[in-house]
This record gives sequence, structure tokens and C-alpha cells, in this order.
Amino acid sequence: MKKQKYERPIINRISIAVSNKFGPKGKIDIISDIDGIPVKELVGKYGSPLYAISEKTLRETYNRAKQAFSTRYPKVQFAWSYKTNYLNAVCKLYHKLGSWAEVVSGFEYDKAIDNGVQGSNIIFNGPDKSEEDLTKAIKNGSLIHVDHFDELYMIMDLAEKMEETPKLAIRVNMDTGIYPQWDRFGFNYENGEAWNALNRIMLNENVDLVGLHTHIGTYILTPNAYGVAAYKLAELAVRIDKKYNHKIKYIDMGGGFASKNTLKGAYLPGTDTCPSFDDYAEAITNALINSEIDPEHLPTLFLETGRALIDDAGYLLGTVLANKRLADGRRSTIIDIGVNMLFTSFWYEHNIVPAQETTHHTEDTTIYGPLCMNIDVIRAAIQFPLLNKGDNVVINRIGAYNMTQWLQFITFRPNVILIDTEGNTHIIRENETKKTFEQLERVPEYLR
Amino acid sequence: MNIKKDIAISDSGFVFDPTTGESYSLNPIGVEILTLLKEGNDQQEITDFIIQRYEIDKSTFENNYYDFINMLKKFNLIEAEA
Repeated sequence: MKKQKYERPIINRISIAVSNKFGPKGKIDIISDIDGIPVKELVGKYGSPLYAISEKTLRETYNRAKQAFSTRYPKVQFAWSYKTNYLNAVCKLYHKLGSWAEVVSGFEYDKAIDNGVQGSNIIFNGPDKSEEDLTKAIKNGSLIHVDHFDELYMIMDLAEKMEETPKLAIRVNMDTGIYPQWDRFGFNYENGEAWNALNRIMLNENVDLVGLHTHIGTYILTPNAYGVAAYKLAELAVRIDKKYNHKIKYIDMGGGFASKNTLKGAYLPGTDTCPSFDDYAEAITNALINSEIDPEHLPTLFLETGRALIDDAGYLLGTVLANKRLADGRRSTIIDIGVNMLFTSFWYEHNIVPAQETTHHTEDTTIYGPLCMNIDVIRAAIQFPLLNKGDNVVINRIGAYNMTQWLQFITFRPNVILIDTEGNTHIIRENETKKTFEQLERVPEYLR
Repeated sequence: MNIKKDIAISDSGFVFDPTTGESYSLNPIGVEILTLLKEGNDQQEITDFIIQRYEIDKSTFENNYYDFINMLKKFNLIEAEA
């Protein structure tokens, strides 16, 4: 007689007091393969845990975003936000698709150059640009987005000594009707600081004002806020044209588009609340087209969206290490993915699903990572199916920030693979070893 | 260890404890084990029955069995020792 598939025995108390208005979930989602390759096979070949990036999803998402904007506005240019994911293979994919580079440090700047991006196609943002960084960017004709007056005067000083004319934009912060209002970056619109910075640039013969930039926040669920921001930048462009007869070449709306992840504390899931690229595009392009900007000289629209482009393409594959009971009887499941590998778990309720068929039975579960730290909680409370030690799990939508903000802690960061559109797998970052860290350490002579 | 005699177990996995008024749900294997316990089978007999019927090794089942028994104790579904 063929034996039946086993599932561990469970008993759950039926509580009618906390019934969910949406009703119980009828079906357990599973992710058994990534682009047709079984999770078991990937983990078997490359180890667990494992980061996997789907080129197919990456391309589809990029094309959807590009189409949303380019069907509404004549001149659109995406610039890949390096800090969101600066693995070279990922950056090169975006550059292949036509993206320029948006960088915020000398390290990222050099990476973009090494990835074959022309200096003139690099947008240099951020509050920390050294004199050396700026000199390089000026020489290469990169677009420098000025964050503060100290930086502006350093650029003006450099421009006096250099042959090349720095191409500048200023970052503008503003009230777009949302909370929180980011005011730590750039020059404020409402108090006149931005206008003042623009005038100082225009009155300096050694620098060239080419653009206007804003980045209103992150995970913005209100497309209209972008409309307000675009309108305010357009208004500045019109004032400059009127006063100096100088046409702004581009307006950079930055990033901050939400991905479909669910923020902690959100009532509805991100899949229901996240605006589409079309919603953002509609708000931004309408504001620009309806502004007073001369239609013969419409500026190019730059977009630096990172999260919304890459999140869906990233997966974290892991394995159940153990199941145990907490003091109050709740189930806890320990997996080999810690918060150090999933930095975004500090603000998202990440979707975590089994990689193999399960029954519809679930338990109230807390999912912990493997770190010997109390804060290592991947999901504090989730109705989770009954997985056994050794079963695989998949966390999807993790492509943004986790491969840049990850922390090496207690153990090593694992392999990162790319699954190309033909279904071939490639290691794009090797797992670390003890040697990776030891080669950077030095032990003083007297301690040897 | 005895399961409370007056609890009702349905085939679909619904458990009712008339002394507390609490209701519980079991998965199918939970129903089997609780029924076997109610019929007076001991751990060895239950283990033999389960590993013969399901794709599971003895030690994993034993681990899961004790976890299940602990939950029955927690929910006061086991008679207090005399």
C-alpha cells in the first residue's frame, strides 16, 4: 500500500471574536519555481539561502514603466538608481535597456563608468560628493545635482580653475501635500531657497544650469503628489526662462514610486493599494504638459525610479531550519534567512510562501531568521502552512535595497544568481567565505 | 494520560469541549491521533499506526507528537491525573 503524504498534527482554537472582514484565505499560495526552474533545483545547485533575480520580470517591469511614460510625454529618460541594486550584472541590464546611471557616491560613480556608462549619461546626486568626485564628474560632463550651498560653492571654485563647464541641476524639496515632507535634501521651494540657488548659478559664468531635480519621498502611494512636484519644478523652469531667457534641458522627478510590498501597519495589502506606473505617469506628464513651459522647448523628463523597477524581479529562497513552540503556544518557524539579508523586513510585511504543495491547514506562526538575536523576526504574525524542517520557502519582491543594504553578520552573504530569459542561471555575486573577510583584517604584531 | 471523555470530535476535524464551551479545529492527522488517544491507544501504538500509514520517519513523528500533546494539554483537553 502506498503511504500517504504526511503533515504534522495541529489543533487550533476557533476564535470568533477576531474574525477577519475579508474572510479566511481559501488557498495557500506557493512559489515552486522561478521562471520555470524548480526552487528545489536552484537551492540544490547554489545553496540556501539564495538570492535570485529574474531577468524576464526585470525587463517586463522596465518596459511597462517606459511605456507608461513614453506614451504620454515625448522625451523620457530613465536613469538606474545604483543604490537600489548595484550588482554590476543588474546595472548592465538596465543600461542595455537604455537607462542612464543615477549615483550618489564616488564608489557608485566609478561603478557606472566601469559598467560602460558615458560620463555625460551619469546623474550625480546626494549630499556627499568629495572634491575629487566633483572634479571627475565635471571633467566627464556628468550631470551634477547640487544638494547644498557648500557644495555649490565648491563647484564654483573648481569651475574657475577647470577648463570644463560643470553641468548643474539643483535638487528641490517642497510641500507636495504628503507627510513626511522630505526637506533634508536640496533647496526648499516654498521659502525661496531654491529660487535663490538658481539665481546664484545663473549669475555665475563658469557653470551651466541644465536641469531641475526633485525626489519627494519614498514609497509614495499618492500619484497626485508627483503632479504637484512636477508643476512646481515647471514653474521654476518658466521663471528662469522669463528672467534669463535660459531653457532648462530636463526635469528629473527622482524616484519613490511604491512597489507592491505591504508596509507594516497597512490595513490593505500593497498589491491592492500600490498605484500603477500609468497612475504616476498620468500625474507627472499632465502637470508638465499643462504648465506654462514653452511646448517647443519641453524639457526631457528624467526618472530615477529604483524600487518599483527591481523589487518584483528579486526572490530570496530559503529553508526551514526548525519548528518550535513559543511560551504562549504560538508556533514559531526558524528559517535560514535573517533580517541582515532582508533589510526591508524592518518596514515591510514580506510575503513568504512555501515552495512545495501544502494542505490548506495553517497555524498562527512567527517566522524567525537564524541569527542569535532577538530582533531577527521576518514575520511577527502570519497564518503559515505546516512546513517541516528542510522544506523550502520563497520570499518574493525583494529586489530593491536588500542586495545593497545587506549586512554581513555572524555568517556569510550567499550567492546571488540571475536567471536569464532563456532560463539559464548565472552566479552574479559569489557567496562570501571566511577568506573574504580575513583578507581585509590586520592583526597587530604583538597579538600574533 | 487520557483525553477528556466528553469532548466531541467530528470527522471533519471540529472539536467541542462542553465543559469549557471552547471549539477547536484539527487537521486530518490530528483527528486520527485524537481519536486513537480517545480509544485508549498508547504512544507506541499510535506511532506504529502513523508511520505505517504515512511517509514519515519515527523520530520526526515523535517530535511532532509531543508538540501536539503539549497543545492538547495547553487547551485542557487532557484529563487531570488522578
